[in-house]
Amino acid sequence: MRRAVLIAIPYAWLLALFLVPFGIVLKISLSDTAIAIPPYVPTLDLAEGWAGFRAFLSELDFENFVWLTEDDLYWKAYLSSLKIALISTIFTLLVGYPMAYGMARAPEEWRPTLMMLVILPFWTSFLIRVYAWMGILSNEGFLNQALLWLGVIGEPLALLNTNTAVYIGIVYTYLPFMILPIYAALDRLDGSLIEAAEDLGCSRLQAFWLVTIPLSRPGIIAGSFLVFIPVLGEFVIPSLLGGSGTLMIGKVLWEEFFSNRDWPVASAVAVVLLLILVIPIVLFQRNQQKQAEAEQ
Amino acid sequence: MGDIVSSTVFEPWTDPQAEPLIRFRNVTKRFGSFTAIDDLTLDIYEKEFFALLGPSGCGKTTMMRMLAGFENPTEGSIELAGRDIANVPPNKRAVNMMFQSYALFPHLNIWDNIAFGLRRDKMPKVDLEARVEEMLKLTRLEKFAKRKPHQISGGQRQRVALARSLAKAPKLLLLDEPLGALDKKLRQDTQFELMDIQEKTGTTFVIVTHDQEEAMTVASRVAVMDEGHLMQVATPDRIYENPESVYVADFIGDVNIIQGRASAVGGETYSIDWAEGQGQLTATSATSFDNGQTCHLAIRPEKVTITADRPEVADNVVQGRVHDIAYLGNLSTYHVELPNGTIIKAQTANTRRISRRSFTWEDPVWLSWTATAGVLLAN
Amino acid sequence: MTRLSWFNVVSLTLGFAFLYIPMLILIIFSFNESKLVTVWAGFSTKWYGELMQNEAFLNAAWVTVKVAVMSSTLATVLGTMAAYVMVRGGRFMGRTLFSGMIYAPLVMPEVITGLSLLLLFIGIGLDRGVLTIVLAHTTFSMCYVSVVVSSRLVTFDRSLEEAALDLGCSPAEAFRLVTLPIIAPAVISGWLLAFTLSLDDLVIASFTSGPSATTLPIKIFSAVRLGVSPEINALSTIMIAIVTVGVITASLVSKRAMVRQKQEEQAAARTT
Ligand SMILES: Nc1ncnc2c1ncn2[C@@H]1O[C@H](COP(=O)(O)OP(=O)(O)OP(=O)(O)O)[C@@H](O)[C@H]1O
Ligand SMILES: [Mg+2]
Repeated sequence: MRRAVLIAIPYAWLLALFLVPFGIVLKISLSDTAIAIPPYVPTLDLAEGWAGFRAFLSELDFENFVWLTEDDLYWKAYLSSLKIALISTIFTLLVGYPMAYGMARAPEEWRPTLMMLVILPFWTSFLIRVYAWMGILSNEGFLNQALLWLGVIGEPLALLNTNTAVYIGIVYTYLPFMILPIYAALDRLDGSLIEAAEDLGCSRLQAFWLVTIPLSRPGIIAGSFLVFIPVLGEFVIPSLLGGSGTLMIGKVLWEEFFSNRDWPVASAVAVVLLLILVIPIVLFQRNQQKQAEAEQ
Repeated sequence: MGDIVSSTVFEPWTDPQAEPLIRFRNVTKRFGSFTAIDDLTLDIYEKEFFALLGPSGCGKTTMMRMLAGFENPTEGSIELAGRDIANVPPNKRAVNMMFQSYALFPHLNIWDNIAFGLRRDKMPKVDLEARVEEMLKLTRLEKFAKRKPHQISGGQRQRVALARSLAKAPKLLLLDEPLGALDKKLRQDTQFELMDIQEKTGTTFVIVTHDQEEAMTVASRVAVMDEGHLMQVATPDRIYENPESVYVADFIGDVNIIQGRASAVGGETYSIDWAEGQGQLTATSATSFDNGQTCHLAIRPEKVTITADRPEVADNVVQGRVHDIAYLGNLSTYHVELPNGTIIKAQTANTRRISRRSFTWEDPVWLSWTATAGVLLAN
Repeated sequence: MTRLSWFNVVSLTLGFAFLYIPMLILIIFSFNESKLVTVWAGFSTKWYGELMQNEAFLNAAWVTVKVAVMSSTLATVLGTMAAYVMVRGGRFMGRTLFSGMIYAPLVMPEVITGLSLLLLFIGIGLDRGVLTIVLAHTTFSMCYVSVVVSSRLVTFDRSLEEAALDLGCSPAEAFRLVTLPIIAPAVISGWLLAFTLSLDDLVIASFTSGPSATTLPIKIFSAVRLGVSPEINALSTIMIAIVTVGVITASLVSKRAMVRQKQEEQAAARTT
């Protein structure tokens, strides 16, 4: 009895505030836009009973999804989100791996401090960390000032409101998500394995390539998904650092909803985004499961 | 290997009037399709020190968990003091358990660990303090009262677990491999301590163990289990001297098993045909065997006499060569190979120094034993 | 592995420089005299003063803290329950769906979560305000709490709970007296995580807030869209300072606890 209550409370909460809203998104994605409140038709009229429900069903269609394929804004936005997510994941890995590796090789007594230094930005507001780059990347910002002063460039580069700024922003804000799982994997790695590899005739670099990298692979995979998945739906970074040329689906959805007030299309955008996300999420889960099994 | 309470004869299981404290009636426990306990019936009496013995996975812990209330029988019933306890939750049973892992609460110190159960009973503060002090004294833990479990040794932890489960003065105390984590010396000391405490408190103990020697040392009765069945329930000496099956004979101590065919000679005496070219063996048995029925003669190595010359009078005599000698300090076990390849073990006390040993490898020897030395078993 | 090569040193130095220089610049320029955030014109704290006069920001900050406290507390209760059900609940109907609903919000893009909750609130006619933000934040942060707590619960020795039952606790007492004290650190970090997530959230709050309740991130976002401003720098500096003090204190406290435990152990060893 008590157990039933214990299960029921969080279950009901998640059903009501996670699953049901989702059903509503799905339903509205099949509706049509209208100038009304709420701004879509049909709305379900329960007073009419079964007939009302049938009428309601018959008015649902896939028009919005067809629309997504017709207007090239949408599929370009999906593709561009995928591209940005992929490239920035690679960059984050390239920056994060050496840091995680350095942390794992640092003296024991430094590690908690280094760890804290990685975690601290994670607890700091995301918005503020993105904002910090606005001042750096602008035309008269510090980066341009520094480069001009060094004589690397003759006139300021346009950095803010470009895809470059978006990449920098993503790498910067998502770096802890990449470092932590890789560090965890490297930290578990037995140092004598490297010594054994060197003993068997590997050079340092070979040992790194043949032993360290393969053994830290679960960490690399986990970190990459932890960056890739949320970046795909990212909104704040493209809207603050990106320009009009930066197409990302999170931003498109936001504008569709808040600016165009086209709820059905916004919902359809959300449904498709979710379908795209299913693949990496499933792959990520499988990686985590394999790792959990390997640890047992 | 004697009974602990041999001074005053304590054998309630022989008394048909005695009411058992625990009664398993046709208890079956299944986990999914797997049967862990199979139609088991067993009585345990008050003040007993009852040992469950058996190989890993035979269902010992499952029996304990059913008594403590963490599992319910799939079929059958369990009675505690005449009451079916199927629907009594663990916190309402007058049963306490000492866990295989001790399960000491890491966030409480030793004193509070011991007081934990008493506090649940809303015992008045004065009584509670007195009881905890008494338990600390009984288990000689006074010095450690203020420490946390991780600050004491394994043996001390084990005593805390014991004190904690004894504090509530349960009718029944369950001990699941309580001494598993201890080294041999500490283990023996603790065994005697346990027996001492059991005698002082008069609590009924049910102890699970892997270790047959431990079971023999502490228990008033031993139950040997295999795959969810009770193979035999008896006092340690009967289990040892009169096993009812080859399984039990083999499980407890060292034994020679000789397979053959029985034929009645008269009275309770049987002669056994056991190998081509070997004379018949003679053994007595209270259970009767049909002529030609397959039987197993189980003889303990210490009941086999080893001599250089053929003994003049003996019920059973065989000849062989010393194949191997196991030196155990106080004892030596000779593995003697008979002409047909059978190995029979004989044990002798090492009353002389090793260099003066009478036999050595490859020596021809004679083995002999009396008709009553072995037990004749059907299976 | 404690041989730091020059490569390790360089990558750590550059990496941490990359992580911290932007924030340092942000902080330094919050003390700039000039309105221009990129040109240093002398030290001043006037932007802090102006911030303190800014009613809108102060109100938003108050709403944010209120929302964060309520939602993280609720999320901790629900998330701990969910974790307990996941780890200890055994089998029940719809268990797979349940665990799916726990993990899905962790990877769900915020825009989708926000959109779907907004559509729900409109559908049931709930006025958007503090309540709706609290409901939304509780929903996604309870999943984080549940993950943190259940990772502690799986390593929790079940026999401790059984021992408590055996010694006469009801299941609720066993949870309160044994389980909870032992998993408390995980529950507290779950609460802190939920609290920060709520403080930080812009997207979901934007969808679920109404005119009556604006949170600080929403306020910052709309200000920042118009460009960099020293007032925002000052606000960011305050927020960074709070977090830094919080994180450092937390790590010092846990370090001290560890040291104390070690000392206790040593002291105990001496009296044996
Ligand atoms: N909760 C459970 N679910 C499924 N099977 C179980 C469960 N508990 C026990 N079993 C099975 O029941 C059998 C008996 O288990 P039990 O723990 O009673 O063995 P045991 O005699 O105590 O063994 P050991 O000496 O190794 O402790 C084992 O085969 C075990 O795998
Ligand atoms: Mg067991």
